[in-house]
Amino acid sequence: MDMLLDLVARLGRTTLGLIRAAGSLTLFALSGLSHLVRPPFYGRVFLSTFLETGFFSLPVVALTALFSGGVIALQSYTGFAQYHVQSAIAGIVVLAVTRELGPVLAGLMVAGRVGAAMAAEIGTMRVTDQVDALTTLSTNPMKYLVAPRLLAGIIALPLLVLVADVLGVAGGFTVSVVKLGFSPHAYITATLNSVKVIDVTVGLVKAALFGFLIALMGCYYGYNSKGGAEGVGTATTSAVVAASILLLAFDYLLTDLFFSQ
Amino acid sequence: MTGTLPKIRIRDLHKSFGSKKVLDGINLDVMPGTSFVIIGGSGSGKSVLLRCILGLIIPDSGSIEIDGEDMLTASPRRQDVLRGKIGMLFQNGALFDSLPVWENVTFGLLALKRLTRKEGRSHAGSILAQVGLDPSVGELYPSELSGGMQKRVGLARAIAAQPDILFFDEPTTGLDPIMGAVIDGLIVDCVKKLGSTAIAITHDMASAQRIGDDAAMLYKGQLIWKGPASALMDSGNAMVDQFTHGRREGPITMELRR
Repeated sequence: MDMLLDLVARLGRTTLGLIRAAGSLTLFALSGLSHLVRPPFYGRVFLSTFLETGFFSLPVVALTALFSGGVIALQSYTGFAQYHVQSAIAGIVVLAVTRELGPVLAGLMVAGRVGAAMAAEIGTMRVTDQVDALTTLSTNPMKYLVAPRLLAGIIALPLLVLVADVLGVAGGFTVSVVKLGFSPHAYITATLNSVKVIDVTVGLVKAALFGFLIALMGCYYGYNSKGGAEGVGTATTSAVVAASILLLAFDYLLTDLFFSQ
Repeated sequence: MTGTLPKIRIRDLHKSFGSKKVLDGINLDVMPGTSFVIIGGSGSGKSVLLRCILGLIIPDSGSIEIDGEDMLTASPRRQDVLRGKIGMLFQNGALFDSLPVWENVTFGLLALKRLTRKEGRSHAGSILAQVGLDPSVGELYPSELSGGMQKRVGLARAIAAQPDILFFDEPTTGLDPIMGAVIDGLIVDCVKKLGSTAIAITHDMASAQRIGDDAAMLYKGQLIWKGPASALMDSGNAMVDQFTHGRREGPITMELRR
């Protein structure tokens, strides 16, 4: 009986903890978003975060997309050759890249690179009193630290995904033409015939949401970190893990919403 | 009449973290233009008290008045205004790593748009000179400074907006005795020059006597003694005397695991 009660108590505590964390995260997100539309705005912080999130993530996102496009072309060819439908490869590559791989891979790369950096930077500021110092210097930390990062994530990731889309298709094209002997003209024609505006648009919408989630997790865990270096390390790990899981979960939900029929 | 109104008035202030009572009914008046030192051991609640006054920690109950206006019941906008009257030197400096020294020093002024960035850069030089630093230090980053220089930059940042009230959180911690004395001297000079009201928390007795006009001792969340800072070493209170002379034996027992 005691064991059962203990189990129920633990379950209750865990559930309450989850509800509390979800509430806290929601309030944090709403507060961060509300500061996006209320002055003062910190353009310099936004610009530097935007460059860090977008421009400096370009190489890693570009390489990931390029190789992924190539891999899809190769794998598709292996499977489709058995049924003599190799001509579908161009369509498969462009749809996979624009709808899924572009946003998801760019999101995961940025989560690992930028989400972690955001959590570490804000976490270090928290444990060294720099966040409190902002408050004493007439500066709202949510406005100065969080809002510009959320905006940078929302804007930078769709731009990265556009680049990833182009390079992913280019990777598939290169492998198909150079290695698999496709005609360049036929491949490009098949690609253009397969892709629709909605495919790219939904990919960009996903990217904007992923950018928001990555920045939100980085800021939230960094802002609430405590306990010195260990706390900052934990916050960084949690930010990346939470962002990656949320990203994949929302990817499923958006895919279901836009493409399930 | 306003001359008799305390600059900072605290009544029956309580704060607990879980079951641990950190502040237990603090009553304190700090008169305008005075320099008040709060001493006490590690974990006695000194930093929490300062953070409550600044609004960084919300107390459980009690009142904190600045110039007669209750900080805790004021609107967020008024709280910002009241907080704007206070300059703070943090224990570890809390300088912004990502910004050069000049931008750290003028951060508050830039935030309030009292200066343009161009003006801020030159203004920082004159403030840095007030704390004995060469204006060229303004171009360095905090990580390039020694501990003593970081404290000076922190002090420069605290006084940059010429605040009515200055808080110093253990200003000499981690510094050698000479640099500690230098920082104390700068604090006294800055407070006198600005005519500010100051509260410093420390467990450095030499520093407490150099900085303070009045003093109080915080023990287990309560102010157990108040008096002139000059009487700290001979207060007549057994707890204060044990603390100021660093005696092992006495009414204060350290909670050590035997």
